[in-house]
Amino acid sequence: MRQQAGRRLDRGRRAGHPATVPDIATALAAAFGLITEGDRAVLSIVTLSLQVSFLAVALAALVGLPLGAFLAVARFPGRRPLIIAGNALMGLPPVVVGLLVYLLLSRSGPLGGWGLLFSPGAMVVAQVVLITPILATLSREVLEGLWEEYGEQLRSFGATPRLAVPTLLWDGRFSLLTVLLAGFGRASAEVGAVMIVGGNIEGHTRVMTTAIALETSKGDLPLALALGMVLMTIVLAVNAAAQLLRDLAQRRQG
Amino acid sequence: MIALSRRALPLLLALPARAQSSSITIASTTSTEQSGLFSHILPSFRDATGIAARVIAPGTGQALDVGRRGDADVVLVHDRPAEEAFVAAGFGGPRRHVMFNDFVLVGPATDPAAIAGLSDASEALRRIATKRAGFVSRGDRSGTHAAELRLWRLAGLDPTMGRGNWYREVGQGMGPALNTAAAQDAYILSDRGTWIAFRNRQALRILVEGEERLFNQYGVMLVNPARHPHIRAAEGQVFIDWLLSDAGQQAIAGYRIGGEQLFFPNARQPEPVS
Amino acid sequence: MRMPETALPLVARGLGFSAGGTALLREIDLVLEAGPPTLIIGPNGAGKSLLLRLLHGLLQPGAGWVRWQGRAAPRAAMVFQRPVLLRRSVRANAAFPLPLAGIPAADRGLRVAEALALVGLTDLADRPARRLSGGEQQRLALARAAALRPEVLFLDEPCASLDPAATAAAEYIIQTISRQGCKIIMSTHDLGQARRLAGEVIFLHQGRVCEHAAAPQFFQAPSTPQAAAFLNGELLW
Ligand SMILES: Nc1ncnc2c1ncn2[C@@H]1O[C@H](COP(=O)(O)OP(=O)(O)O)[C@@H](O)[C@H]1O
Ligand SMILES: [Mg+2]
Repeated sequence: MRQQAGRRLDRGRRAGHPATVPDIATALAAAFGLITEGDRAVLSIVTLSLQVSFLAVALAALVGLPLGAFLAVARFPGRRPLIIAGNALMGLPPVVVGLLVYLLLSRSGPLGGWGLLFSPGAMVVAQVVLITPILATLSREVLEGLWEEYGEQLRSFGATPRLAVPTLLWDGRFSLLTVLLAGFGRASAEVGAVMIVGGNIEGHTRVMTTAIALETSKGDLPLALALGMVLMTIVLAVNAAAQLLRDLAQRRQG
Repeated sequence: MIALSRRALPLLLALPARAQSSSITIASTTSTEQSGLFSHILPSFRDATGIAARVIAPGTGQALDVGRRGDADVVLVHDRPAEEAFVAAGFGGPRRHVMFNDFVLVGPATDPAAIAGLSDASEALRRIATKRAGFVSRGDRSGTHAAELRLWRLAGLDPTMGRGNWYREVGQGMGPALNTAAAQDAYILSDRGTWIAFRNRQALRILVEGEERLFNQYGVMLVNPARHPHIRAAEGQVFIDWLLSDAGQQAIAGYRIGGEQLFFPNARQPEPVS
Repeated sequence: MRMPETALPLVARGLGFSAGGTALLREIDLVLEAGPPTLIIGPNGAGKSLLLRLLHGLLQPGAGWVRWQGRAAPRAAMVFQRPVLLRRSVRANAAFPLPLAGIPAADRGLRVAEALALVGLTDLADRPARRLSGGEQQRLALARAAALRPEVLFLDEPCASLDPAATAAAEYIIQTISRQGCKIIMSTHDLGQARRLAGEVIFLHQGRVCEHAAAPQFFQAPSTPQAAAFLNGELLW
């Protein structure tokens, strides 16, 4: 089964095409084929990509959104530096995050006992580190606007900043969905960090982006581009679904 | 954060889709992985032993680093001096020779340095340097990079003189380096396996090959379990034994692309001295 | 009706507030007792909203103090000029502050139902609050405050952006709440509204309390020229 899948991914090469400059039409056709034929190898790569990115977004949201909401409502010494740090961390180069997580999770590193390196779990950890600052910063900006509207009324009800956090998160849910999508986009498009900590192991840690990098390395640019188009299609579908959901719910809520 | 991680950990550990009874991690070179060799032989290995093998392929230098840190169970690379240093320092071993192929000097069909058909790789490099013709170097501490630097030394040349000009160190794997050479009509040293599997050749051709200094030997080592207790030593040894057995050697010999054999098993012969 | 424990009177002494070096409220001394509504009137920018926020504790005074001098813990609520409604149903909005005020879960349903009935929104209980009309939104804000059964209700120009019909409805609700024993402290720039609702009047001018008098006395015989000018429609700010 795996062999068959492997052959599918290798098919251009086996067919002995002469090397060509990547042809976008070829790539389009190949992408269409990969999607419609439900290629097994591609399917498992897509599944893993979605699993890793969704789990990473979920875990990052658990920390990032409450943190963002808290920063939006609370005033305490050290808040400005924290906000500046968050802004800076948004631009963290994925490779640096990858190296950091690699050194942490390595058997010789402090968290080596977890045995997570070169596993999907390690990729989730790297992506969580990468997108938590993004979720925290973007949600803070979104919720600061909401707090401006709600602040006095909530304080009148006797809500402390800590008690206001869940209210803001719930009432800002439609805008926060966009924040989550931004995190998902960053996670699913990211290659540097997951390559380092996942190892791009076939059938185990190979995701869309590392597969694309690999096919590019092999010089199979049309196949790489085709995989890229599949990735874009998926990201587009996820965004469209989320947006649709948001619009439906928002139309009801007003 | 730590508390959260603790709660999240079981989730992360549960993530691997396939539940495997036993598996090992092999750190290897881009040439063995990207040429498709592992995809070809590992299913036979799993069928024979029930052990799944996972391959990470960062290149020889980094693969040895991964072994040093205890993040892989087996290392399969191609840089004999570096491998012997790895064993001597107690990071793993013993080193066993597995298979070979060869390097090829690749360049544009127009061949501005006129090296096509030369039987002397040193002479070819000398001509490239004299012409200051574009040359792409891996520059990534890989086995191929080490071999290329040895060839320059044998030719009595220091290519880093041409750095920033005609000598271009890309610091990437074989495939990206070949992509660069193809785009720039530059010369490059490649292992034959990656070259055969490479699809974006454009004007690149093999210009020099079949020279004894272009010999490329692969060796395999078990990472030292005394240093890293979690190393799957038993399974790793099973893999090495299988690789050196008739079954493993035949699997290697059986890997072909377009009828062309990429790797030549030689575990049963004495290792050639280079 | 038994006499409940009360947090009133609400007392302010030497109250002042300034921003950016400008004194916006100065030397305000007030004693607010239980009883009919207190209306804070005055031209635009007189400091009515600031005073209400200081009294409610949403702002910290720059000078002086505000204190509840009764024996019970104060239960106060506030409704703002523009209702702040949460992105939830009408019912969920009315129920929202109850847990924060420590109202037991078992009592909340009844309180919400009574409050919505009071403002005539029972039929709209399941509608998204932000889809309501302006008048309905302000009635919901009143219901939400009423569900808390506060001892004091601060209202900051609650009818300023409502049409006459909606204003009449809101005034009726406010009078009902007042008759149920809740002390109303409300600002308005609408003299007619003040005449209709006020038990006593605080006339605020340029950050100072110019007059604090029973409503009939204030409207028939204001004791300061500023108040007289304001009543004649001559004092616009
Ligand atoms: N936070 C603030 N900073 C500076 N000036 C303010 C602030 N809040 C109110 N003011 C000013 O204080 C004055 C009184 O405002 P306000 O209480 O809103 O008046 P009113 O409600 O009587 O119309 C106005 O001149 C207003 O511009
Ligand atoms: Mg005002």
